[in-house]
Amino acid sequence: MLAIKTKNLTKKYGDKTVVNNLNLSVNEGEMYALLGVNGAGKSTTIKMLSCLIRPTSGDAEILSNSITTESTKVKQIISVSPQETSVAPNLTVKENLEFIAGVFGFSKAQAKEKTQQILADFDMQEIANSRAKTLSGGWQRRLSIAMALISEPKVIFLDEPTLGLDVLARRELWKQIEKLKGKITIILTTHYLEEAEALSDRIGIMAHGVLKAQGTATKLKELAKTDDFEEAFVRIAGGEV
Amino acid sequence: MRTLVFAKRNAKEIMRDIFTLIFGILFPLVLLVLLSAINAGIPEQAGMKLFDIENLVPGISVFGLSFIALFTATIVSKDRCTSFILRLFTSPLKASQYIIGYTLPLIPLSIVQTIVCYAASFAFGLKWTPDVLLAIVVNIPVAVFFIATGLLCGTIFNDKAVGGVCGALLTNLSAWLSGTWFDLELVGGAFEKIADMLPFVHAVDAGRYALSGEYSKIMPELYWVIGYALVITVIAVIVFNNKMKQDK
Repeated sequence: MLAIKTKNLTKKYGDKTVVNNLNLSVNEGEMYALLGVNGAGKSTTIKMLSCLIRPTSGDAEILSNSITTESTKVKQIISVSPQETSVAPNLTVKENLEFIAGVFGFSKAQAKEKTQQILADFDMQEIANSRAKTLSGGWQRRLSIAMALISEPKVIFLDEPTLGLDVLARRELWKQIEKLKGKITIILTTHYLEEAEALSDRIGIMAHGVLKAQGTATKLKELAKTDDFEEAFVRIAGGEV
Repeated sequence: MRTLVFAKRNAKEIMRDIFTLIFGILFPLVLLVLLSAINAGIPEQAGMKLFDIENLVPGISVFGLSFIALFTATIVSKDRCTSFILRLFTSPLKASQYIIGYTLPLIPLSIVQTIVCYAASFAFGLKWTPDVLLAIVVNIPVAVFFIATGLLCGTIFNDKAVGGVCGALLTNLSAWLSGTWFDLELVGGAFEKIADMLPFVHAVDAGRYALSGEYSKIMPELYWVIGYALVITVIAVIVFNNKMKQDK
């Protein structure tokens, strides 16, 4: 079954077309990476799919629910971990998780139970009572993803989840993201090509608001006639292919 | 339920900020102590009644509430300026739930602040009468006015600008134009007229009339405050809803 299907999804700001007739499909349980240089339209695509902004034209279905006419249903089954770390700074790790669970409608008892579970899944028991603002960047990102998962979404959008993290923190987060593979549908946007190559089942490359190509990393390298994924990305995004 | 969860989060964010304690509780108390000390040094023959405790405490309590606007504006603008609000926008929370969730924790905080202010005044000679309770109740619409002002400022300005607008401008306006620190009639002219058209002096006078038992004079003063509170609340809700759609 398809988790996401976009139909000529388009977003314009005035005369500028940021996303242009996007047609992509993501299978249920798949990890799909959306790659592109700055201004390619990745974040705008994520914002449309997560009902944060309305498309100018076109539509998309998240597990058969339209983002334009059934946004309330869509919001119940998706979750977003935004580009910037978005945690409540004066709340503890535990309180942040319980807060998000409560906002998504779980009872107090359920929220507590889910929090304990996710604290264990993300190895965060030791920092459970630390205030979020005291955590390192890597731990804050981990918390941010955990907050996105506590509502038990069917589809999760990870917008630049490792941006600004050092190599060790990034690798640690990769491990956490890899654990999710197959369990839920994950849409990942990233600037790090090796991240997309290592984590994703399929990759879509966007440039100037258009989906230039999509497929597995191997398929994209074949398409660009190179063994190097970075080179493949440059050729596809640069319009040489 | 969701609204309460959001309100609880906001209450924790505000209460765990050290500036809430410093500006919300301690600063008004320090002013109360200082001005009472000054008043003690003024000879009775001077006929200076402005800093007598029953005139002073309604003014200080209203001045203290101006910081509530700062707290409201700060949390709203911080949420807006970080991705935190984006995360919440993808949740099932509705626009009205945001507004109620931001407002709800600040009402009890305002009441506690006023109670602390009046309770401290007993140490400086304020006599207990049931009118003290009435004066505290009179401050509730004043609190609503300041919360709505904070919501509006937090929606319009970024987290750095709210410090200037609410932290400096609004607190100074509410101090100078309230008749707490000096008698506005002594300045007279345009200054007095402007002050009279704003809610601050009416808020303080309503508290003073409540304390002195001049009940019939309370509502005419309070109408000004309620009017401003209603208008600013409506504007804040409209601007909040519009701005949130734009921020998306």
